[in-house]
Amino acid sequence: MRNRVRITALSAAATCLALTLTACGSGGEENPGVEGETGTEDVTLSVGTFNEFGYEELFTEYEELNPNVTIEHKKAATSNEARDNLTTRLAAGSGLSDIEGIEVDWLPELLEYPDQFADLSDPAVEGRWLDWKTAAATTKDGALIGYGTDAGPQGVCYRADLFEKAGLPSDRESVAEMLDGSWQDYFDAGKKFVAASDGVAWFDSAGATYQGMINQVQNAYEDNDGTVMATENAEVKDIYEQVLQASVDDDLSAHLTQWEDDWVAGFQSDAFATKLCPGWMLGVIEGNAEGIEGWDIADVFPGGGGNWGGSYLTVPTQGDNQAEAKKLADWLTAPEQQIKAFESKGTFPSQVDALESDTLQGQTNAFFNDAPTGEILASRAAAVDVTPFKGPKYFAINDAMQQALTRVDVDKTDDAASSWDKFVTAVGAL
Amino acid sequence: MAVTDRVQSPHPTDGQAPREKSVKRLAFSQKVSKWDVRLSPYLYISPFFLLFAVTGLFPLLYTAWVSLHDWNLIGGQGAFTGLENFQFVLAQPFFWNAVGNTFSIFLLSSVPQVVIAIAIAAVLDANLRARTFWRMGVLVPFVVAPVAVGLIFNNLFADQAGLVNELLTGIGLDPVRWHSDSLASHAAIATMVNFRWTGYNALIFLAAMQAVPRDVYEAATIDGAGRLRQFFSVTVPMLRPTIIFVVITATIGGLQIFDEARVFDQAGLGGADRQWQTLTMYIWELGWGQRNFGRASAVAWLLFLIIVVIALANFLITRRIASQGGRR
Repeated sequence: MRNRVRITALSAAATCLALTLTACGSGGEENPGVEGETGTEDVTLSVGTFNEFGYEELFTEYEELNPNVTIEHKKAATSNEARDNLTTRLAAGSGLSDIEGIEVDWLPELLEYPDQFADLSDPAVEGRWLDWKTAAATTKDGALIGYGTDAGPQGVCYRADLFEKAGLPSDRESVAEMLDGSWQDYFDAGKKFVAASDGVAWFDSAGATYQGMINQVQNAYEDNDGTVMATENAEVKDIYEQVLQASVDDDLSAHLTQWEDDWVAGFQSDAFATKLCPGWMLGVIEGNAEGIEGWDIADVFPGGGGNWGGSYLTVPTQGDNQAEAKKLADWLTAPEQQIKAFESKGTFPSQVDALESDTLQGQTNAFFNDAPTGEILASRAAAVDVTPFKGPKYFAINDAMQQALTRVDVDKTDDAASSWDKFVTAVGAL
Repeated sequence: MAVTDRVQSPHPTDGQAPREKSVKRLAFSQKVSKWDVRLSPYLYISPFFLLFAVTGLFPLLYTAWVSLHDWNLIGGQGAFTGLENFQFVLAQPFFWNAVGNTFSIFLLSSVPQVVIAIAIAAVLDANLRARTFWRMGVLVPFVVAPVAVGLIFNNLFADQAGLVNELLTGIGLDPVRWHSDSLASHAAIATMVNFRWTGYNALIFLAAMQAVPRDVYEAATIDGAGRLRQFFSVTVPMLRPTIIFVVITATIGGLQIFDEARVFDQAGLGGADRQWQTLTMYIWELGWGQRNFGRASAVAWLLFLIIVVIALANFLITRRIASQGGRR
């Protein structure tokens, strides 16, 4: 009962808000940090995220600015888990958070159901993001279903202490110089390292490395019209073979599956020395490698620049508090807030103003040996020259590919050829 | 009769008409009480069947309907495709792989579970101090949420950093590849299932054991039967109906195993080579991963048919066992 009263009162407040932006509500003076008016009715907004969005402190800040708002944070461990959750609840028609974080890889699936998400387009946010970021979340009819949060320009994170032990140069500039070039150069450096490393692998997992490589391909699995050609694409097979050659035959991989318990434990047990790292991965590494010293990040990426992931905030239409949710999403994705998230967890902004800000450029990260992460990732973002096409089946095909790599790299139940055959079958079954 | 009196009294002077009316009334109330006798029992048991119709029968039939269509999880109903979905999934290697995994995990969990549960029950049946404490103790794993069990065992069974493998290497054995080797993963998952259900079954067995008349044991003792002999020749045969009950419930649960297997790794699909993907997980992958509800429903129906076949087999076997028991 109380809930219903509250909701009614709330929707009244929301309507009031929509009708007369200035006339009702008295929160304006107390909320200097928020543009426009906020309702004064108590409202609880739930926000679903995954991995590290870097929002913990921002939520507290927003609650202080808006005493009537309570934020409930639902955090999924992985992007896959968040996707499962979203799909199930979309189908059920209820149970979604007021704001749902989604990842660029499965955004195309959701664009097929624009009715499920509120159109967030608003003159106030026009031009806030890089063009490709907004374009990816815009439907054919011009509705914007998500506000961009971060982008994933990638550098190479590495363990300076382990490099040193193996007799490799270990300062940022020399490492960048050493790894500059093609993927083959990166793997060759790995062979040199592994020969002297006393059991430490060069990179964590075949799957993660593949991810870095495939995100440099314009049309990996689907043509621009959505036709699946993943299994006939020579480029994909090439990358697949190259990464497995390096992982298994040259034994450069630590043979871990990303996000598994063993992978997390690998950060503590010096299992590997390098890791491809988009901005959002910095927070993940810092969390998993707590207490380990020696991580650093180099301003370099094999095979040209690369973008891995990056997310959006959406407001599902099944929510009761869409107006308030939109306001929170707007606030969270504003350049000033994104910079704070970047400071907290390294989620690199996709907002134009944020990229140019001095705060970002001057940002250093203590865990990564005081590396100028802001400057490095901005330079990495500038190096990105391919925006891969991702159609409705991208996520499922890429998932099948990741499993194909795991079978050979981690499980060793298959060799490269037989695992590829299984991949072809799996894609055929989609 | 009280009823007729009461009906007549307002119309004391009305000759025939009221009498007829009262006869009618009488007939009606008789009819009602006849209906009462005939229909009430059905009415009283109807809540179960109504509930079953809503939560069991309707979904069953609706799933059959869905399985005959192209059906997207979010997009909804598409074209009618007849048996195409069934044809498709029956041709998938993953489907047959899932069938094999399901039976393997089911056998690895049910068989040891029943044996150990009986042994535990026998111990609990003995004169122990603080009996209630021990009896409640075996039920503790049952109240732990399966997903929590999964998390803990996941940690134990991690391939490189897990406690079990560390112990194994500690005593000089090779580490087991819990997440790569199919049979090893089944054993690990069966361990989780057993951890959860053994105590529960032990209590059921314990209750049955306590219902065994004590004079049978006395007679056996006088005949010179030792403890062990008594257990195998008195206790176990007397438990037969309970064993049958436990086996049937374990079968139904075992063929639908999902939670433990799903949380066995992060991706929750049953491994990169589907080493431990069960049928219910395959349904999940089709319906929620690929959003193909039509195919997921087809697999759901096939699973239903498998369970029906197993239940029939169970029924025939248990009928035999029961009649054998009667003859002795």
